[in-house]
Amino acid sequence: MSVIIWVTEGTWPACVDAAREHTAADDDLVLLHVTDDTVAEAAHGAFAGLLGRGHRERDPGTRLEDLSRAAVDDLFADAEQRLGRPARRLELTGRAEQQVVRAAEGADLLVCARDGDRGHLGPRSLGPATRFVVDHAPCPILLVWPDAAPGLGSLPPPPPDHPRP
Amino acid sequence: MSAVLLIGVLAFAVVRPRNWPEAVAALPAAGLVVGLGAVAPTEAWQQTRDLLPVVGFLAAVLVLAQLCDDDGLFAATGDFVARVCGSSAQRLLGGVFAVAAVITAVLSLDATVVLLTPVVFATAARAGVRARPHVYATAHLANSASLLLPVSNLTNLLALAASGLTFTRFAALMALPWLAAIAVEYGIFRVFFRSDLAARPSGGREREGTPMPVFTLVVLALTLAGFVVTSFAGLSPAWAALAGALVLAGRGLARRRTTPRKLVGSAGIPFCLFVLGLGIVVKAVVDNGLGTAISHLLPDGDSLPALLAVVAVAAVLSNLINNLPAVLALLPVAASGGPGPVLAVLIGVNLGPNLTYVGSLATLLWRRILHEHDDAPELGQFTRLGLLTVPATLVASTAALWAALHTIGG
Repeated sequence: MSVIIWVTEGTWPACVDAAREHTAADDDLVLLHVTDDTVAEAAHGAFAGLLGRGHRERDPGTRLEDLSRAAVDDLFADAEQRLGRPARRLELTGRAEQQVVRAAEGADLLVCARDGDRGHLGPRSLGPATRFVVDHAPCPILLVWPDAAPGLGSLPPPPPDHPRP
Repeated sequence: MSAVLLIGVLAFAVVRPRNWPEAVAALPAAGLVVGLGAVAPTEAWQQTRDLLPVVGFLAAVLVLAQLCDDDGLFAATGDFVARVCGSSAQRLLGGVFAVAAVITAVLSLDATVVLLTPVVFATAARAGVRARPHVYATAHLANSASLLLPVSNLTNLLALAASGLTFTRFAALMALPWLAAIAVEYGIFRVFFRSDLAARPSGGREREGTPMPVFTLVVLALTLAGFVVTSFAGLSPAWAALAGALVLAGRGLARRRTTPRKLVGSAGIPFCLFVLGLGIVVKAVVDNGLGTAISHLLPDGDSLPALLAVVAVAAVLSNLINNLPAVLALLPVAASGGPGPVLAVLIGVNLGPNLTYVGSLATLLWRRILHEHDDAPELGQFTRLGLLTVPATLVASTAALWAALHTIGG
């Protein structure tokens, strides 16, 4: 079985734990990270907006790209250590939701985490990118809470004016 | 004719063919407008003499910021923020707001864009949170938090000379607008990035910290105090910036942390020459029609609606052609109306550039052409953020300026 584990800053430990728990030792595991290239581009842009300063070598966007590569390597190393099993690294760049859906084609399972409101059960527990992935993924998904799920007490009351079918 | 030259100078500065300094076009253009008689040589000389102290002040602040970075001040600040606020992405955003606001105010927006942005990214990555809100916040605050002191932005330095305000009076009048802009930005960021900020840090990485350079921090504080003292003594606050830069430069040279070559490089001399050239070209355009057009456009007085109108004109102009030429064009007209309209112009030209992520449509257009054939990242989210924050910060800061003018008095 080929399993893709989508790791993002903040929520990756839950995905790695879930993958370890729900896959067999001989499954083919892939750690997927998508770098948000708009962050470095924002820094490039802020520098380009400073009219007349010249010196392209002072562009902070370039420094950000280097730092970003190093940070992704660190993230992969941490995730591999926590996983404790061999896994391939897949490093993509661009819009996370688009890249994840494309990468998931042909996979047998995609593991990802809720990244929105953690206090309530419900649709707001998914951020926009994860929402898109859940709605469009071409493969089965294992969707986990990044930490303990909120209790049933957080369920909204049923709407009063809808009679049961 | 002068207008064509101005457009040429700006286009050259945006495109920068062969990586040539922007002054390569600005200085000959300045010579040409004088040669063609659009500006009398005596007036051009007067404009240069007016701008020289401003540009010298700017160079001193640029050197000061670079020396602070050489001493590790920015890296140490990043470590400090990570230690105090690293436990959640929201707290980290608060820390980044505080640091970016103070650094922009004291060491200018150049320091925030060039020196602080990489530190903020590294801090977020180390804490294990998504860096986007924090990096976007730094980019926004480089503009929004540049209202407080004359040194925060070159536009402010230009206005200080034109308005006749002292350093301290400028700061007193702009404190409330500065706080209003930052508060509005913070509120919008918290809501706009609520999903990114909800993610909890995933086991930050330990790294050797950079010790806080106490000596540098003390020199910086004394420089700030020097701004106030020189201002009360009737001297130019540029002397305080120069003194601070000299002390740190002497120490940096003695400890071999910097070289004379690096020091001269960090002063941004080609940039200073560009500003001087641009000043003469803009003066030619203003004297030959643009000034009259602007004076018809700008309302008189410092009632709230009049201030809002000035802010709107300044914000639109800075978005069209960049805020540096915009402020040079608007100041001569605004200055005749007293400090109120001048400070309103600054609110417009300093906050307006957040609308696009590159500060003006001219630069945006050029980047589009550059990236036509490759897969450049789309910054739709940044633009949506700008559409929310810019009108809100403009209105809040202008209302705050109006309140300050009516309590402290212009």
